[in-house]
Amino acid sequence: MYSEKVMDHFMNPRNVGEIENPDGVGEVGNAKCGDIMRISLKVENDVIVDVKFKTFGCGAAIATSSMATELVKGKTIDEALTITNKAVADALDGLPPVKMHCSVLAEEAIRKAIEDYKEKQKNKVGV
Amino acid sequence: MKRNIYLDHAATTYMKKEVLEAMMPYLTQNYGNPSSVHSFGREARKAIDKAREQTAKALKARFDEIFFTGGGTESDNWAIKGVALANQNKGKHIITSAIEHHAVLYTCEFLEKNGFEVTYLPVDSYGMVDPQDVEKAIRPDTILVSIMFANNEIGTIQPIKEIGAITKEKGVYFHTDAVQAVGHVDIDVNDMNIDLLSLSAHKFYGPKGVGALYVRKGTKITPLLHGGAQERNRRAGTENIPGIIGLGKAIELAYENMEENNKHLIRLRDKLINGIMDRIDDVRLNGHPTLRLPGNVNMSFEYIEGESLLLSLDLKGIAASSGSACTSGSLDPSHVLLAIGLSHEIAHGSLRMTLGDENTDEEIDYVLEVLPQIVQRLREMSPLFIQEKGGCQYV
Ligand SMILES: Cc1ncc(COP(=O)(O)O)c(C=O)c1O
Ligand code: FES
Repeated sequence: MYSEKVMDHFMNPRNVGEIENPDGVGEVGNAKCGDIMRISLKVENDVIVDVKFKTFGCGAAIATSSMATELVKGKTIDEALTITNKAVADALDGLPPVKMHCSVLAEEAIRKAIEDYKEKQKNKVGV
Repeated sequence: MKRNIYLDHAATTYMKKEVLEAMMPYLTQNYGNPSSVHSFGREARKAIDKAREQTAKALKARFDEIFFTGGGTESDNWAIKGVALANQNKGKHIITSAIEHHAVLYTCEFLEKNGFEVTYLPVDSYGMVDPQDVEKAIRPDTILVSIMFANNEIGTIQPIKEIGAITKEKGVYFHTDAVQAVGHVDIDVNDMNIDLLSLSAHKFYGPKGVGALYVRKGTKITPLLHGGAQERNRRAGTENIPGIIGLGKAIELAYENMEENNKHLIRLRDKLINGIMDRIDDVRLNGHPTLRLPGNVNMSFEYIEGESLLLSLDLKGIAASSGSACTSGSLDPSHVLLAIGLSHEIAHGSLRMTLGDENTDEEIDYVLEVLPQIVQRLREMSPLFIQEKGGCQYV
């Protein structure tokens, strides 16, 4: 059912965990099947220097979390915002159609973490 | 060493050698149509009659109360639609439970769309139907009660005899989906006052795509399939002779060896359940601790999701199943786990392992060795899990 790449990222997920004192955190729940993903970011000069995830979900959800963190690592936040769930799925050599919604979770978690980062930056400037 | 441990016998079983051997001649030399007059046909007729006898004996029914079908799903559909259609002059109300197999639930939903009314009885936290609820739900226009003998997910065995006593007293037909129970539980259709009973051969080491419906003599039921005069005009279509013969042999073997097999299964089952409880925190057993199928283990592991558990087990050579939303296709967790009161999150982390008579102690030891590592790995990835000096809690 899953590609070799999906299974690889499922068995050997990259960037699992949580960043201490993160610059941005995004937690999203999957309305469809009730799964949860949390992504935390370390950002320096608008570049994502570190990223970690935690996921409660199926194999596809774990693999897309892992791949998404790989794709955004080292990118600027603007570049990271252009990464779609389809790009994440493609990077995994595709997902079964019933599992495409799981990749949306990863895209949303990254967006939310970046929003959180931007929000925190604003507050810092305001002080 | 690559393992291959099959713990999904509730989904289907392998076929026993003796069963295949009994079937073989009817796939090759004895290919006659039992409806034919000639010797080829008579040979086939004799073989079906034998299978019918074997099946009747297993259920303590009469020979002419057994009708062969294309499996459990057909038997359930026929029992419910057939009784509904034949008895709609008396009433259009049916009673069933919330934890039935979809073959029963979706048949009931279909009837609801066609003018019938259905009451879905709740179950307690073990998945047990209360016979008193059945009694209270029966109305003057009730024609049928359909309650499964044993549940396919959590293994809970229902108080069938108590329910049968009530339906008999009230004069309402009683159907039971015994697909998971046959071969593992003593069944006596007269003592239990069962009017209709569904069974399926591939759940007790017989072939797939063949089953039977027991119909008590005198029961008013319309056929589901119309056509030829097979099965005494009740179920049209040339019989699946090899399948029926396989069913007969399989049910005979299952009841011959039931006591011994059940002892083995119960010992392994309890070893697996207790072993998991001892080794892993934050787990719960779903279903009843003792009134459950001998081979059924169903547990929920908090903070993790069932599909990722299944994938991990599969990579270790262990085949199991789950009621998680992520494996369901419909993206809702199992209706059975929700009906026993589990939250979506806990239902999500469910794992079903169903044992068969060839599973060994050594295999259970292996599962008990790898499962805790898998659960630990997935929990470490889960945002719901935080570890504090060995304990954990939801955040
Ligand atoms: C309780 C129950 N009823 C009905 C069925 C359907 O049987 P079959 O697959 O033979 O159509 C099954 C098997 O999945 C079952 O477990
Ligand atoms: S996270 Fe539930 S189906 Fe993928």
